[in-house]
Amino acid sequence: MLAFIGRSAIRKLITLFFVSVISFLIIHLAPGEPSQIDPLNPKFTQEVLERFRKEFHLDRPLYMQYLYFYRDLLTGKSLSWKDNRPVLEKIFERFLNSLPLFILGTLITWTLSFPVGIPAAIRRGSLYDRSTTFLAYLLISIPGFFFAYMLIIFVVTRFHVPVIGMETFGISSKGWHFLMDRLWHLLIPSVLGAAGGIAVLSRYVRNQMLEVESQDYVRTAKAKGLPADEVHYKHALRNALLPFVTMFGLVLPGLIGGSVIIESIFSWPGMGRMAYEAILARDYPVILTVNFISAILVLIGTFISDLLYMVVDPRIRL
Amino acid sequence: MTSIENMKTSTVPEGGALEAPRRTLFQENWNQFKRNRLAMSGLVIFVIFFIIAAAGLLLTSGTDPIFDPALVRLQEKLRPPLSAPNFETLKPEEVPRFGIYLFGTDDLGRDVFSRMLQGAWVSLTVGFVAVGIAVVIGVMLGGIAGYYGNKRILNLISVDGLIVGLIDIMLCFPSFFLILTVVALLPASIYNIMIVIGLTSWMGAARFVRAEFLSLREQDFVTAARALGLSDLWIIFRHMVPNAMAPVLVSATIGIAGAILTEAALSFLGFGVPPPHATWGNILSNGKDFLFDAPWLTFIPGFAVLIVVLAFNLFGEGLRDVLNPKLRERH
Repeated sequence: MLAFIGRSAIRKLITLFFVSVISFLIIHLAPGEPSQIDPLNPKFTQEVLERFRKEFHLDRPLYMQYLYFYRDLLTGKSLSWKDNRPVLEKIFERFLNSLPLFILGTLITWTLSFPVGIPAAIRRGSLYDRSTTFLAYLLISIPGFFFAYMLIIFVVTRFHVPVIGMETFGISSKGWHFLMDRLWHLLIPSVLGAAGGIAVLSRYVRNQMLEVESQDYVRTAKAKGLPADEVHYKHALRNALLPFVTMFGLVLPGLIGGSVIIESIFSWPGMGRMAYEAILARDYPVILTVNFISAILVLIGTFISDLLYMVVDPRIRL
Repeated sequence: MTSIENMKTSTVPEGGALEAPRRTLFQENWNQFKRNRLAMSGLVIFVIFFIIAAAGLLLTSGTDPIFDPALVRLQEKLRPPLSAPNFETLKPEEVPRFGIYLFGTDDLGRDVFSRMLQGAWVSLTVGFVAVGIAVVIGVMLGGIAGYYGNKRILNLISVDGLIVGLIDIMLCFPSFFLILTVVALLPASIYNIMIVIGLTSWMGAARFVRAEFLSLREQDFVTAARALGLSDLWIIFRHMVPNAMAPVLVSATIGIAGAILTEAALSFLGFGVPPPHATWGNILSNGKDFLFDAPWLTFIPGFAVLIVVLAFNLFGEGLRDVLNPKLRERH
């Protein structure tokens, strides 16, 4: 177990190093430089430009820039080029805004997928099974932004309530009313974020359940006359749940992703929109840091999922 | 005894021995596929979409196209679908084909029907080229990893370890964010989008091919091919790749759906094909400013993307059922 943890940690560190190199190269080898972002601005004279480049080490060779950047990042001193604020502080602030979206979206996904998927497997081929299958494909195929606008049209014309932003403009900042307003604004983007997840996860639940249901011990349980509910929910479901325990780890990367599209449609000041704005402004430190943190989360996520697998399934102890 | 003899002779066709049914693997699979109605409708929509996209390319390009997607008629802006143009204010050459705005007009009075036709080709080519790139890279790397897996480079790391490591690295990138970054930094062009989507989505294909190759290379027909002295390249591409393509084909079909969605999302964010060229994503993106006044600008391209992507997904799932006998429903 310890050997596995050690080996896997080393492997993941090496992967992380290459991710940092590749993302750095992608950003810096692309044509154009941040100092040229606004070439028509008369304030950007040649001297200012040189000073700017020197300030941000853009005049140094690429490997030195790389070292400078990750030294600053790891010591927490990295500054955004756009507004000179510490990158980590900036990201953390936006992260707190994205967090409720992520939590609510994940909760909706995980609580709805199982009740939707399990009956579809138990009554395979029934009308319910076929219609949820089609609905799942529909949700996977719909472009997120289109779905968002359909929901906005529906909600606004039907309920006459504002949906954009984190809160209604000018609303009093305390009390019950405020809380409900925040929740209401949270709900629609979360549902949108969860829609695709429900579609994928409920299909996965269904397939997993079908596989278990076709095994011999389930047939034996049925044959000895147990009530159907007990067979399905006690004998089959418990074993079908096994792979999902490990999926908790894979949820982690979603923490930082934040949906660029949903957040920009709903003017939600979260991670995704910050990343999008950083790309537009060529704010390299922010782009690279977001990338770096999300790579770390992916690696930690797969690590947790491997560990959980070993804990819940004794067959694959390495 | 005689009755058995009789039965035997009666089942054997006259003048011949018992024969296996003359059905090829393709016919067998096709019959299986036809039974899946959802997948079949996916295929039909796919074929229709292909024809529309090809027709759209022919009808909207050239100096004097039959459907002009770029013709601006400011006096005719935001007309709803199926409305007739105001003939008095238009010059004869500005009147839309068939004398009607089939899908309405946008905020510059451009005919949405023509723009949708033009955009269909973009969606189609982005989907196919991007996935084509991904499949080629995936098959190459997966094949090398699976076939030469045990060879070592400079005694340091095995070929397999190197390629698996590369796959792990690529999987660490948040893919949409990476695509968005690269597309935003590079000059706007449709080819950059295809290449970037292709370069960031080959990992699935590589994993499938590698897994298949690991089991294929131990099989007798590969040993036989090697014993015959065939070259490695011939063994890989003539004998092993065709046997490993089934899961790749399925993931490629579903990958096309994903690539079309990604392109639409990029266009929506303003990083797609540069204007005035129309894509379904940027028609929708322009239309969002008139969400309540001109909802057709949102609904027409939105439903078009939805239907095409759905068709590819259903077709892909149908293929999966057919090509993977283990998943087949037993009747």
